[in-house]
Amino acid sequence: MIEVEGLTKRYGRKLAVDHLSFQVRPGVVTGFLGPNGAGKSTTMRMMLDLDNPTSGSVRINGQGYHDLPDPLKHIGALLEAKAMHGGRTAYNNLLCLAQSNRIPRRRVDEVLDMVGLTAVAKKKSKGFSLGMGQRLGIASALLGNPEILMFDEPVNGLDPEGIHWIRNLMKALAAEGRTIFVSSHLMSEMALTADHLIVIGQGRLLANTSMADFIHQNSRSYARLRSPQPEQLRDVLRDAGYAVTEAGGGALEIDGAETERLGELAAEHRIVLHELSAQRASLEEAFMQMTAESVEYHAHTGGEEPGGQLPPGGGWGPEQAPQQAQQPAWGQGWNQGGRDGRRDKEI
Amino acid sequence: MNPDTDVRGYVSPIEVRRAHLGDAILAEWTKMRSVRSTMWTLGALVVVVLGVGTVIPWAVRTDAPGPQGDPPLAYGFFGVLLGTVCVITLGALSFSSEFGTGLIRTTLTACPSRARVLAAKTAVYFCLVFALTLVLTVIAGIFEVVIINSPNPGPTVWAPATVGVSVYMALLGVLSLAVGAMVRHAAGAVTAMLGIVLLPLVVAMFLPRPLSGVRSVLLNYSIPSQLVSFYGAFGGFANGSQPSGWVSLWILLGVVALAMAGAYVALDRRDV
Ligand SMILES: Nc1ncnc2c1ncn2[C@@H]1O[C@H](COP(=O)(O)OP(=O)(O)OP(=O)(O)O)[C@@H](O)[C@H]1O
Ligand SMILES: [Mg+2]
Repeated sequence: MIEVEGLTKRYGRKLAVDHLSFQVRPGVVTGFLGPNGAGKSTTMRMMLDLDNPTSGSVRINGQGYHDLPDPLKHIGALLEAKAMHGGRTAYNNLLCLAQSNRIPRRRVDEVLDMVGLTAVAKKKSKGFSLGMGQRLGIASALLGNPEILMFDEPVNGLDPEGIHWIRNLMKALAAEGRTIFVSSHLMSEMALTADHLIVIGQGRLLANTSMADFIHQNSRSYARLRSPQPEQLRDVLRDAGYAVTEAGGGALEIDGAETERLGELAAEHRIVLHELSAQRASLEEAFMQMTAESVEYHAHTGGEEPGGQLPPGGGWGPEQAPQQAQQPAWGQGWNQGGRDGRRDKEI
Repeated sequence: MNPDTDVRGYVSPIEVRRAHLGDAILAEWTKMRSVRSTMWTLGALVVVVLGVGTVIPWAVRTDAPGPQGDPPLAYGFFGVLLGTVCVITLGALSFSSEFGTGLIRTTLTACPSRARVLAAKTAVYFCLVFALTLVLTVIAGIFEVVIINSPNPGPTVWAPATVGVSVYMALLGVLSLAVGAMVRHAAGAVTAMLGIVLLPLVVAMFLPRPLSGVRSVLLNYSIPSQLVSFYGAFGGFANGSQPSGWVSLWILLGVVALAMAGAYVALDRRDV
């Protein structure tokens, strides 16, 4: 159980975390979601007592992090940047951690085995691939067999198999009754793993809800129509009592309508349809809409802004092909720069 | 799987035996011995102290009877002076390399007490440098006495030239460790320490005559002159009015205490 109370962090004039309050409960995977620069990593660093909060407090099972006698047995963390000495072997990197918390030596072999690094245990960690480094970080988080686990973007840099492994690992750990807190900027990833969702943007809490509720509220379904006779079609639909919104490219959209009924209606009035499809707004879009005002680092590719692509006013935006293609660009480009800059130097 | 359960759902099966400073020391020792930079710098220390400690007496030995004022052990000074560079470098890396690699975050999550981490690193490095320098200065001293073929000087000469020098070296190492914790940058910390060691001498050499008072203070209290004082009056390195060996230790101890306090505050207050 982690309790965050009024947590605030100010870097100079920049408010990175702004009065955050939430709880992370045991037995479930809690997703911590926010666009790049939202303050996720900063919040996690403050939880671990690495950064001093400007104000507010964090309690781990009712105690301050500082007061935990051997923290690794209570909380294990995988931080954003590689936090190992590249000149040391994987085994030794873990051994010194284990020793500092009186964790028996055999546990090092156990966790190395658990993450599948036994074969390279005696290799220097600076030669590790991104995925292997991530696995080593996860091994260090699991070292004390802690009750609380915190992962900052664990799937970053992993191949599909690795992503699958982490997903199952987190679920299995939560099923054992542990508290799992995992950050991400990918809603789709969270939808697959998290049971509970905490969304922040520009350091502020935007949502604190169960995943099921979030899906229920945000996965709006609607019908999409295109016709060479758009005016006629719109009039017919309006007369039939539908609220029609115009989407880009001459398409019309109707909330929650059944495609069968719409098709019949068009046929009755002899209107040609080029498209009639049932659509579902993705969770990713719901997330983007929620954080649109708080996204700091827009990608300015092709003059389009992610916020600008969403239809104005109210409801979540429709699914559009160009927007889908746009999604990987959003946020990731910025992120990559920092993370690929290898910070591990050999000394 | 009920999200409303407020109980501690999972209890770690690893037995909880409260970790203490000893565990942190053990961890720091593992860190120390498991990187190659330790072997390189300490290897260089061995080569320099033993090498210079034998080569110089060997060279002066041929010049008929040795200079009367210089006790044989004093030839070890040059090796030790060069050796300070190794000790400073490795000490400065202790914290700064952790900051450089991001390892410090792992270290401090495992042991949130900054005081304990600082104490453990200090203890490990102090003991390591002290023990190694002691062994090296004793061996080099024996070489020097044998090569010069002089009578064995008494314990009052041996003690400062071995134990005294070793404590001084270890304190220098610990000082650079503290500087590394404050500067957080490997190159910066090494440069700062080399500056502390060399700058007073260099500045003194270029000071104009009217400032001769400042000049003699700089000369007397520069680290090389204090180090030489462990060997008795020797070679006119300084003008003979520098503090004697044991006083030098107290001076350095005071400096180290200040630096440690600074390092603790820096670790405690600043974000990592
Ligand atoms: N040490 C620092 N000094 C100054 N500003 C900082 C520092 N650390 C973070 N910030 C700023 O605080 C904000 C939050 O950063 P943080 O790394 O917590 O974001 P994040 O949510 O983890 O983003 P990402 O998804 O890209 O990892 C950013 O605007 C960042 O520029
Ligand atoms: Mg981050």
